[in-house]
Amino acid sequence: MEHRFEIKSIIEYYAKWIRQGKLKVNSDWNKDLKIKFTTQDPCQVVRKSLGDPIAEDLRFVITSVVGEENFVDMTPNRSNNYCCGGGGGFLQSGFPEARRYYGKRKFDQIMETGATYCITPCHNCHAQIHDLSEHYEGGYHSVHLWTLICLSLGILGENERTYLGPDLAGVGL
Amino acid sequence: MSSEVIDLELGKKSIFKDKVMELLPDGGNLNLCLTCGLCSSGCPATGLEDLDPRKFLRMASLGMDDEILSSPWAWMCTMCQRCLYACPMKIDIPSLIAHVRKNWPKDKQPRGIRGSCDMALKHDTCSAMGASEEDWSFVVEDVAEEVRETQKGFETLQAPMDKEGAYFFLNQNSREPVTEPDEMVPLWKILHLAEADWTYGTKGWAAENYCMFCQDSDAWEKIVRIKAKAVDDLGCKVWLNTE
Repeated sequence: MEHRFEIKSIIEYYAKWIRQGKLKVNSDWNKDLKIKFTTQDPCQVVRKSLGDPIAEDLRFVITSVVGEENFVDMTPNRSNNYCCGGGGGFLQSGFPEARRYYGKRKFDQIMETGATYCITPCHNCHAQIHDLSEHYEGGYHSVHLWTLICLSLGILGENERTYLGPDLAGVGL
Repeated sequence: MSSEVIDLELGKKSIFKDKVMELLPDGGNLNLCLTCGLCSSGCPATGLEDLDPRKFLRMASLGMDDEILSSPWAWMCTMCQRCLYACPMKIDIPSLIAHVRKNWPKDKQPRGIRGSCDMALKHDTCSAMGASEEDWSFVVEDVAEEVRETQKGFETLQAPMDKEGAYFFLNQNSREPVTEPDEMVPLWKILHLAEADWTYGTKGWAAENYCMFCQDSDAWEKIVRIKAKAVDDLGCKVWLNTE
């Protein structure tokens, strides 16, 4: 199909803008809180299209924002990561029991990290991982990267905190 | 003592797998399975409907067409490609699954997926949730206006629409404008601080494409063409895929 544009993931640009100093993020807010984060490598973005380089950009952004010491990777990860079960239309296919059976492996992986937050830079992952936490009572939260970048910049508004837990609900307000 | 011989009655059916192999580059390597099981051990769908990727491929190889074409398992595999990534023979099981989905009659496909595909075909927005160009433009401007009025430091925040020649054309999942518009604000703030030259489009902005999930090639292509044209019509250099 002919076209004149390039297709890029915004994750690459988040990383670029942080490196260029345009987004002056830091992890000071989490120095004492020590809240732990993990991330889901979205299959569509990592394994199926942009590969490990985008997974590295994702980790660069996350560690810049939450602190290196507060990031815990799942095992396996990057291109070798397991799908969360939200892809391929599974969320809309009308098989919720099967979808949650599928997602149990992801749930266990997240719980193993001990993280309070799972960063999910993909809509399907976000919805599925959120649902898994509620269904299996994992107690972790599922958030987009944009929420944490703005939190770290001290510019996250009051109405933009739907997916944050009580531990972060008031940080930087 | 050996168990009773199972007669597979090969030859009586047209084998689905052979047709799929004709369509895939290198035949998707579908005949190269060593039955090592790396695919199945790393597949979260293993066990659902008493199936797994290796078994599914084996059934296809044995010509069990009716069974593979009627099992809902093809809709429980997310086509995540973990099996293909792990496979020493690079067997393209996800494409086999895609062709199984494609062969399901439209009226038998999961309604949530099919319905979202049909909905996306109704407007040039390609929104699976049916958001029209007017709904979308209204929500974006309404939310941006509220931020400008209420949030310090963002008095000049813009969420441009159809800005010709912008560097980035940003897409957005329909869920945000339709059900949680405030979730778009952090993204706009980031773009604002980064001084990104960006725009949304009234057409082709919706990031999702359910026609791909139901493997309706014509509808899938139609949607991609609308989106690509929207980006090119505005002369944008980068189609920026959001989170």
